[in-house]
Amino acid sequence: MFSADLFANAVVSGLLLGGFYAAVAIGLAIVFGQLDIVNIAHPAFIIAGSYTAYIFNSTFGFDPVLVGVAAMPVFFAVGVAIYRIYYAAFERTGQESLSGLAFFFGLMFIIEVSLILVYGVDYRLVSAGYATGALSIGFVDLPGRMLVPFLVALALTGLIWLYLSRTFMGRAIQAVAQDRGALQLMGADPIRIKQWAFGIGIATAAVAGALLIIIGPVEPSVGRQYIGRAFAIVVLGGMGSIQGMLIAALLLGVVENMVATFYGPSWAPAVSFGILLLTLAFRPAGLFGR
Amino acid sequence: MRGWGFPAACAAVVVAGLAFTELADNPYYFNAAYVILQALIMAVAWNILGGFTGYVNFGSAAFFAVGAYTSIALLKAAAVPLPLLILAAALVCGLIGLGVGYLTLRLKGVYFAIATLAMGIVLETLINNWSYVGGAKGTAILTPDKHLWFDSYSEMLFMVMLLLALGSVAVSRTLSSSRLGRGLAAIRDDEVAAECSGVPTLRLKLVSTTVMGAMMGAAGAPYPYFVSYVDPLSAFNLFIAVNSIAMPMIGGTAHWAGPVVGALLVGSAQEVITVTISSELNVLLVGIMLVLFITLAPQGIVGLVRKHWKKRA
Repeated sequence: MFSADLFANAVVSGLLLGGFYAAVAIGLAIVFGQLDIVNIAHPAFIIAGSYTAYIFNSTFGFDPVLVGVAAMPVFFAVGVAIYRIYYAAFERTGQESLSGLAFFFGLMFIIEVSLILVYGVDYRLVSAGYATGALSIGFVDLPGRMLVPFLVALALTGLIWLYLSRTFMGRAIQAVAQDRGALQLMGADPIRIKQWAFGIGIATAAVAGALLIIIGPVEPSVGRQYIGRAFAIVVLGGMGSIQGMLIAALLLGVVENMVATFYGPSWAPAVSFGILLLTLAFRPAGLFGR
Repeated sequence: MRGWGFPAACAAVVVAGLAFTELADNPYYFNAAYVILQALIMAVAWNILGGFTGYVNFGSAAFFAVGAYTSIALLKAAAVPLPLLILAAALVCGLIGLGVGYLTLRLKGVYFAIATLAMGIVLETLINNWSYVGGAKGTAILTPDKHLWFDSYSEMLFMVMLLLALGSVAVSRTLSSSRLGRGLAAIRDDEVAAECSGVPTLRLKLVSTTVMGAMMGAAGAPYPYFVSYVDPLSAFNLFIAVNSIAMPMIGGTAHWAGPVVGALLVGSAQEVITVTISSELNVLLVGIMLVLFITLAPQGIVGLVRKHWKKRA
């Protein structure tokens, strides 16, 4: 039953999957972890990214990753607009806990149902040369459809980390997360910084969506499975820490893949939620929290 | 007058319901009424936690589905009568509500909301892998032949739902005007201040999650008889969760009548749209209405009407 190469393959493909999960969760690590905005519609934006990649890939034959990167400014603008509405309707009046949550829930639902209305519930996929091949090292297989998303996700995570820790605006975003009042005293406008950060968070969904549809076919309601994963990763990673998020994502990928390999794939969805519930119950500050 | 108004109204509704079963004979009416009443119970239940304390439950569909699957599990074992099924489902879901509340309500509100989302997927996975109740394929439940003095089983189910709905409205109304309800309102307005003034916040929140869970379970218990075929996909349907949030939000969360008004209006509109246009569009409209109402009229319909009356007075 138990064999070394099965185990090694499960670990390696779990790591590849986990890398992709980092791309799914990074937008939420900024929006939920740093800005404290509970955007449960984030996976719906990722699915919107998948469909963007699908549309441009199937009609013009563009590479999905390039489409994802090119779509980032549009997603950024949408994110900024949504934050403006969110701020004006809920944050300013202190209604974010109940109405704000319901707002994003409704938004998620609208995105999902609109996609179903236009494209139906059929699975859609993209074609890319690297998605079919595989790299073999010893007895470990590295399929291209997992390897490319893994590398792109790591690059995205690295860039965001550099942005947040090295640039002026990135540090300003972290300052908003730490102490909004102090930032205001320094003469900066927290609302402008937050809308910028929210835009970046949504922009990452364009790339994550392209990666998702490279890994496998996508239909509109797939996004729901990523709500739990993304929140589990952000909470486990210690809310807003990019390094913690990456480690949590890799960990979740490996554990989920182990469960899928040794117990059957039908149990995999429960893993992230189980981890999330246990983290919330016993260590809400996350693995690396203070 | 004030003390007698509500029981009299309830009695009138029961009489009207009985008259309806005698006069109407198109089964569609009973099916439509059942769906609306089911949504009404879910909305009233959601509001006991969401509206009264401000904690958002995204897992309404999970409570509902567990109620339905409690029935199925019992029916697979023995021919349990419907009232017992409802009681058992209420008990199981009340305990689940208590458990989730105990694990997460000591944290910030958002964690409770995310945990309820998480709970839904965990429970769905469990049911998908539990072959005794049909697993992912689902299971068929035969509707019994006996239906008291009613013309058909769906007429009887309609009356059962009507009584359950009146019961849940009565519970919600009593809660909102009781000492407990004032404690819940204090939590919603300022939890720290409530705690400091001696309101046992955790206990009150646990009471309301338990009541909410029990009501949702009771709403789900007759569902297998109503559809006669249940699979995890339909029982854990996100639409149920969206409806139970949208209806109180549209009706108004601060008053016990809000979810009732919201459920009756939105539920009836949904039936009309499903029949005349399409069911997908209906689902989309609920999402849009939810977002529009919470951004533009956060007090809901009841809030708007009250404001209007205050202005005139």
